[in-house]
Amino acid sequence: MAAITFQLNGKSQTVDADGATPLLWVLRDTLALTGTKFGCGMGLCGACTVHVEGAATRSCVTRVADVAGKRVTTIEGLAATPQHVLQKVWIEEEVPQCGYCQSGQIMTAAELLRRKPHPTDAEIREAMAANLCRCGTYLRIHRAIKRAAAMGGAR
Amino acid sequence: MNPIVKVDRRDFLKVTGAATTGLILGLYLPQELRAAAEEAAAFQPNVWINITPADKVRIWVAKSEMGQGCRTGLPMIVAEELEADWKTVEVVPAVLDPKYGNQGTGGSRSVRSGFKPLREAGATARAMLVAAAAEKWGVYPESCSAREGSVVHKPTGRKLRYGALAVLAGKQALPRQVTLKDPKDFRIIGTRVPRTDVPDKTDGKAEFGIDVRVPGMLYGSIAKCPVFGGKVKSFDAARTKAMPGVKGVYQVPSGVAVVADSYWQALQGRNALNIAWDEGPNAQVSSEGMRRQLAELAQQPGIVALNNGDAEQALAAAAKKVEAVYEVPFLAHACMEPMNCTADVRADGAEIWAPTQAPSWVQEYAMKASGLPASKVKVNITLLGSGFGRRAMPDFSHDAVDVSQAAGAPVKVIWTREDDIHHDFYRPLSYHRLSGGLDAAGNPVAWTHRVVAPSISAYNFGPLKDGKDESLAEGTAVAYAIPNLHVDYHVAENIVPVGWWRSVYNTQTAYANECFMDELAAAAGRDPYEFRLKLLQNAPAHKAVLELAAEKAGWGKPLAQGRTRGIAVHDSFGSTVAEVAEVSVESGAVKVHRVVCAVACGIAINPDSIEAQVQGAIALGLGAALKGEITVENGRVQQENFNDYQVLAADEMPEVEVHIVPSTQAPGGIGEPGTPPIAPAVCNAIFAATRKPVRRLPIRLSA
Repeated sequence: MAAITFQLNGKSQTVDADGATPLLWVLRDTLALTGTKFGCGMGLCGACTVHVEGAATRSCVTRVADVAGKRVTTIEGLAATPQHVLQKVWIEEEVPQCGYCQSGQIMTAAELLRRKPHPTDAEIREAMAANLCRCGTYLRIHRAIKRAAAMGGAR
Repeated sequence: MNPIVKVDRRDFLKVTGAATTGLILGLYLPQELRAAAEEAAAFQPNVWINITPADKVRIWVAKSEMGQGCRTGLPMIVAEELEADWKTVEVVPAVLDPKYGNQGTGGSRSVRSGFKPLREAGATARAMLVAAAAEKWGVYPESCSAREGSVVHKPTGRKLRYGALAVLAGKQALPRQVTLKDPKDFRIIGTRVPRTDVPDKTDGKAEFGIDVRVPGMLYGSIAKCPVFGGKVKSFDAARTKAMPGVKGVYQVPSGVAVVADSYWQALQGRNALNIAWDEGPNAQVSSEGMRRQLAELAQQPGIVALNNGDAEQALAAAAKKVEAVYEVPFLAHACMEPMNCTADVRADGAEIWAPTQAPSWVQEYAMKASGLPASKVKVNITLLGSGFGRRAMPDFSHDAVDVSQAAGAPVKVIWTREDDIHHDFYRPLSYHRLSGGLDAAGNPVAWTHRVVAPSISAYNFGPLKDGKDESLAEGTAVAYAIPNLHVDYHVAENIVPVGWWRSVYNTQTAYANECFMDELAAAAGRDPYEFRLKLLQNAPAHKAVLELAAEKAGWGKPLAQGRTRGIAVHDSFGSTVAEVAEVSVESGAVKVHRVVCAVACGIAINPDSIEAQVQGAIALGLGAALKGEITVENGRVQQENFNDYQVLAADEMPEVEVHIVPSTQAPGGIGEPGTPPIAPAVCNAIFAATRKPVRRLPIRLSA
């Protein structure tokens, strides 16, 4: 066990954890930020996506020791900005069904729009291809991202 | 310090009588008591509706929300007849309680079974509110009407909100009968009401089973025997017990459980266990062996499920005979939220938080395991990170109950994705042998279909009566006007856990039926759409969706180079769905570009939810058709995660158009009926391109 400090959603956060613990479980169990989801544990489904230094990152395969000193943003942090554009368009397009994968979808989409404020259809498909949704909300996710881009993207 | 509010003497007496014995506060009461007074004065004509004097309308939903929209669709039905102002409606998820009736969620039944009783509940409340207003104004109830949360006295234009009528409405006699609204007057039903559960699903607030946190809660992970039916022979937990955070190791009915302060610690502890398994009698079972067994059974006549005319004789006399065999594999559900449950089983009572489609089965097991009566076992139904039928099986809740009891603490047991893939209740594999006869003019005169599959009922609920399980023949009674029809089935012996997978046996039978229709059409030299249409003249729903889908898809019109279309139609769960898939095959890879879908599902409660459900049903069915396969070797499942049990990804999702046939008839189901037609529609498009029928799923063009 060791004290590990990182920036979480804009605030300094210190946790006492085994450095090998995946960031996902530190967020969920230690810090009670349960918006980030466990889906596969192998970085295959994207449900656990957070931002580390602004990059979409699979928190289920990221050791907490590896984010020491870094900036981490979760869905709760993204939501804290007065209703983030992606949350707004996600609601307008009625995207979620069961909703379980949607935190990860939104975090991946947020990074895409930051890199490419006006992505093409192909770029959206490519960026979102590794975020699985069993309810089949892919078409609405695509539409929502296009709508967000048209509104000026995500900052 | 609580703010203080003034209440009048009458309310004070009522409150003290109801809930605050012993308090002497004069004329001032704290806010909670005011809230209690508000509750005590609320109008609650039945278990579904509660209207407070502050004009808050609460509607309870007793079905599990797994993304299908029941926390919106069901309250819409109540609110419609209640004439509620939707803006004031708050949806309340119910806990398990017999007063709500059957709380199982499945079979695309929530709206179908709820439509009439929920309308009546709303209409009853509306009648009592109208009666209250009439009493207050001293007028005839007939001169009053309800609209958007108010009662209006038509001659004078006087108007009172429901909240203002709540107390008096509670004193009205329950009406003996109520008048339901004419569907043409519906103003909530049929509209795209935004889903009530959506906002919390965009900011991390939505609480799924896996997110439940209870004071003092520990985390559990269970090592289960990979071989079906295997047991723990012995285990060594010394290494595990020495690991940080580990609180205990317990043998439970489903395996060896490790309980720890965090889930990660529990998982590490589990991985450090040294377990010797007794693999039991099933260690030689394989899905390849089962395929051979199914094929062998299919050589013999089975149990007759349907017999019209004399198919055998008609086949013998047919000008042309077509025969084909279709096979489908086991499938896993792979819900995005892995199986999990939290339980706190104490000597004096138990509380369970379960993402379940079958809360009464969750309670039943907890009662059996603890000896507690139902009144002492509270079951909270959380949001479900999808279900598709998987969460109708309560096994994962048994785990939490067993581990909580063993550990003497509240425990959240979470399965890994590997646990989920290895210990599902799989969509059964099946084998379909079909034959059809055409007369000299190319009209079908005979059709036989033999289904061979394991029985979901036999696996889960014990020996079948007379060896029969009619559900194997679900979806085999084709709507086509074929004079001689014969369907029989064999229940295959099976030890692999099987269960309900979105649309159950319909995924198999629709695939076989509809691919075979295209083979018959090809043998007759006819267009597959025209061939079907001619045989559906007396099946209005099938005809309507087939024509609508074909028209919207531009059936018969030229397509982009390399693309072909396939069509399929199937009815299940009270609705009929036709789908046209537009497909290209390039260097052995199948790409589905577009799916046009027509749905006859009776009255549409929420068209947006219907579109979403059909899009989802197509995504699930298409993923299965293209890639889904669970195989068993040495008594265990060979796949383990999304790397080798692949599901449809975003870049494989076709454009989907959903067209709803307008109707005022009672609603059909919508969660499942969109799934069955997609596999055959895609296979038929491939058949159109390659002239080689796809006779086994998942689709492998090289095979």
